[in-house]
Amino acid sequence: MNIANPFAELAASISPSVMAWYVVLMVLLVIGGTILDMMHKKSAKYFFENAKRQKARAVRELDSGEKMSLALKTLGHEVLTSGEFKNPKRRLSHLMTMYGFILFVVSTAVMIFGYADSADAGIWPLLWYLGAISLALGGLWFWFFIRVDVFSEGLPWYQVGRDDIFIVSLITTSVFGLLWAFTQGSTLGWVLFALFILSSTTLFGTVLWSKFAHMFFKPAAAYNKRIVWADGSRDNLPDVPDLTDPQVQEKFPDIPTYMGKKPPYMGLGIKRETPNHY
Amino acid sequence: MPTFVYMTRCDGCGHCVDICPSDIMHIDDVTRRAYNIEPNMCWECYSCVKACPMNAIDVRGYADFAPLGHSVRVRRDEEKGVIAWRIIFRNGKKDWDLLAPITTKPWGTAIPNLKEAAAPSQEMRDSQLLYNEPGYIRMDDGDLHTLESNGLKFKEGVYY
Repeated sequence: MNIANPFAELAASISPSVMAWYVVLMVLLVIGGTILDMMHKKSAKYFFENAKRQKARAVRELDSGEKMSLALKTLGHEVLTSGEFKNPKRRLSHLMTMYGFILFVVSTAVMIFGYADSADAGIWPLLWYLGAISLALGGLWFWFFIRVDVFSEGLPWYQVGRDDIFIVSLITTSVFGLLWAFTQGSTLGWVLFALFILSSTTLFGTVLWSKFAHMFFKPAAAYNKRIVWADGSRDNLPDVPDLTDPQVQEKFPDIPTYMGKKPPYMGLGIKRETPNHY
Repeated sequence: MPTFVYMTRCDGCGHCVDICPSDIMHIDDVTRRAYNIEPNMCWECYSCVKACPMNAIDVRGYADFAPLGHSVRVRRDEEKGVIAWRIIFRNGKKDWDLLAPITTKPWGTAIPNLKEAAAPSQEMRDSQLLYNEPGYIRMDDGDLHTLESNGLKFKEGVYY
């Protein structure tokens, strides 16, 4: 059984071309907001200046094969599976939100541009609902339980700051979108539709003030982090060499004196516990 | 000089907040990243620098071990049981690595149970030593103290 395209019924009241122009406008707002964000924060300038400084400290030159391999590792670990999050709950919540958002946005665009006047849009309505549910669950889980100031400082859920624009508008977009889809045709449905549009316009129109643009910067930062470790500059951090290496033992005589020629595995230390005392 | 946080590296995990003995590492309400709320009160103990899993916290080193403007960064590798330091001078010509064994007790094994401790005797009260201060760390009553001279051995699990 195919699920009905939620935009087909809407097309009876709002022209598909208006919907299409709204999507185009949102894309333009995201592009413009991201460019303004980069200019305002000078993040790209800092990023490239820092990359240049690190390159000057590089111990060796990376060939294109190595760079490609690092790019693939970044794609597999940080981009597709959010491996940079040490907290597994945070990671799962981020994955739900990220994939939910991608499904939601892509299926919305496909249904508006391809199936605006057809109730049967194949698998896309199902993907739209799944995306919205995943986005809403991941976002609400983060908002009420995981975000650090809730977890650590006990701040109430209704205390919203400027940097919450992104997560709050993500949650409200998905929740109001879902509620609108279920109540279409009624007066309540139109109220929810207005809230849905208000939320999505806030989400895509406030890139300059929100953390929306992190999705474009984070892969570049994660790739750069792998590059600086591979080329030996290591972001100015020290290397922790193989302690059984005789050359290392000669250079640092404290190691064999106190730890022996073959230092044992010392355990996880601070990593054995997640931080929860604050 | 006090700690500071590279906001772009911090992911707000809270390890530094947990470990700070001065309770001055907090999570910012707006950006949800760690920051030092009161740099004047920072002891520069490096606990947060070593605890940070993202290496997002730094301390500007004093001019008594390198000319100002240098970079001093540290990594505490508990699995190998060592602390590594790297000092780079501001002209980039001096790039220095240091490595030393971790000499503190394993995480979570040295929580003092003061409720069970016996009350101090009069002799202890009259002493110059602080409560529980081990005599062998004192430097003013003889030669340099070592593990051997105090009958101690380096054991697996980062004990002294």
